[in-house]
Amino acid sequence: MKAALRILSAGPGATIQDAGRRGFMRFGVTPAGPMDRGAFLAAAAAAGDAHGAAIETSLGGLELTTQGGGIGLAIAGGAFDLRLDGRALPAACAIALEPGARLSIRAGKAGAWCYVAPFGRFALSPVLGSLATHSRAAIGGLDGRMLRAGDILEIENLRPAPGRPLAIEAPWLEPARARIRVLLGPQDDYFSSETIEEFLSSEWRISPRCDRMAYRLEGPALKHLKGHDIVSDGLVFGAIQIPGDGAPLILMADRQPTGGYPKIAHVIGADLDALAQMRPGDPVMFESVSWDQAVAARRRRAERVLSGVELAPLKQIEPTSEFLLSRNLIGGVVDAKDQN
Amino acid sequence: MTYPQPRFLDAGEAALVVEFGDSVDPALNARVLCLEAALQNAAPRGIEETIPTYRSLMVLYDPLVVSRAELVSMLKTLAPGGFSSKAETGSHEEDTPEPNRRAETSPKGACWRLPCCYDPELAEDIALAAQKLDLTCERLAATHAGADYRVYMYGFAPGWCYLGGLPRELALPRRAAPRGPTPQGAVLIGGGLSLVATNPMPTGWYVIGRTPERMFSLERDPPTLIQPGDAIRFEPVDIHAFRALDARAASGESLARREETP
Repeated sequence: MKAALRILSAGPGATIQDAGRRGFMRFGVTPAGPMDRGAFLAAAAAAGDAHGAAIETSLGGLELTTQGGGIGLAIAGGAFDLRLDGRALPAACAIALEPGARLSIRAGKAGAWCYVAPFGRFALSPVLGSLATHSRAAIGGLDGRMLRAGDILEIENLRPAPGRPLAIEAPWLEPARARIRVLLGPQDDYFSSETIEEFLSSEWRISPRCDRMAYRLEGPALKHLKGHDIVSDGLVFGAIQIPGDGAPLILMADRQPTGGYPKIAHVIGADLDALAQMRPGDPVMFESVSWDQAVAARRRRAERVLSGVELAPLKQIEPTSEFLLSRNLIGGVVDAKDQN
Repeated sequence: MTYPQPRFLDAGEAALVVEFGDSVDPALNARVLCLEAALQNAAPRGIEETIPTYRSLMVLYDPLVVSRAELVSMLKTLAPGGFSSKAETGSHEEDTPEPNRRAETSPKGACWRLPCCYDPELAEDIALAAQKLDLTCERLAATHAGADYRVYMYGFAPGWCYLGGLPRELALPRRAAPRGPTPQGAVLIGGGLSLVATNPMPTGWYVIGRTPERMFSLERDPPTLIQPGDAIRFEPVDIHAFRALDARAASGESLARREETP
């Protein structure tokens, strides 16, 4: 029997993702890919293949085991509660999962997405060059759908698993944070300067109505200057549309490639991961930056990503999860303020 | 309208929108597609993907590889006929979808005949749409099938094909609330336009026909048979013919017939 991961339970929203499907948006195909690209990359790189795929878990959580042999797993994302046979693990770590052992991933104190990358490859066929699941179009991953209890994911080309749990030190793991930088446009002329000021000065909350397609925000209703319909235009990750009801809609990994609501601004690339890790109810405020500032932030983040990922021994023995969660086990995490 | 000069707009720091105008117009869309083709040909480094729409070309790029200024000057060079010269002759029609005028095609545009069944048994909303338009179902079907459509863009979901050229008498606002998921191959009207759908999605448009053609197939490369800039004419088929054609399409056959452009 081949080594395989067996899903014991999966909350809504667990899917297989890789870096995403490139080059098909002109045919209406959504790129999909991870919600938090940095955390995905940390897990994939720690598992030995930055171009590989991982299971993306939502707040709904995931429990899995292996059959047919042990499999190494690298896990990174928000501050989730990870347990191996009931023993707490740090929120970003690499482990060996033996047959019969049980890994559980539950929403911890912060963050919305967590990635589990195997030390090996999923035995799945890419669709349009990618394993990324887009469940609305039923494309990619496992039969184009979310994972559920009973699913078996065969792993090929197994790489050696860590002998004991290791902490992942990835300088680009981003905690969720309340202040998100945006670049105004391209349809900011659909709003008065007062409305733009209201957008930038209000404290918004992430609505419970959010998923891989879009995060809705709760706050004041923003008024349009000349209607809420535009002739359809391209959409990228982080576009902030203002639909007819005036509640901002931030388009995420599973967005449609084109849309017909005016976009007041875009979340800059360097802040997308931090935004993605926000949970319903979390506050968020927007700060307008220039194109040059956005590119400089992007360059700083890219440089940190290039500095790589390291696996380090865990220092403490049998700590409680509360103790672990109270510590910053991930080296190099930089507060958002340092980036400005 | 078509702008005298195209606008270069940022959609974040890694996407640039070249906006030629704000209307649904074949000449304007042809310029979008010409620029896209020229960009694909030139394949400059740092460009990741392009999304053509009715009136704009979105260029996704890596600003750490190619600067915005470099990209803008490259796009100005690539635009066929330059950026300013064509603008004077650009169309200045009203900001409404074009009436039944000959669909203008981009240089490589092909003309397709696409089977479509307007039988109310398959065309779930044709009676409702006809009632709203104060037409009979037969008249609606004949009018829809009598027009030439231009494929402006794909969007929303894989293979959802947006068409201009809907006759004015079929212009119908979108529903206030979306209807349930579309059936496979739904031919829809709404907002003064027509479109062909693929997978089931809720929509504010009206299903007035069904095509047995699979507009998007992973068996094809590219996955769409019909490209932006092509023209489509619907060929009415009855429900029996539809079922036979649907079976053929299910086994992987392409049904749309390519015609020589006159």
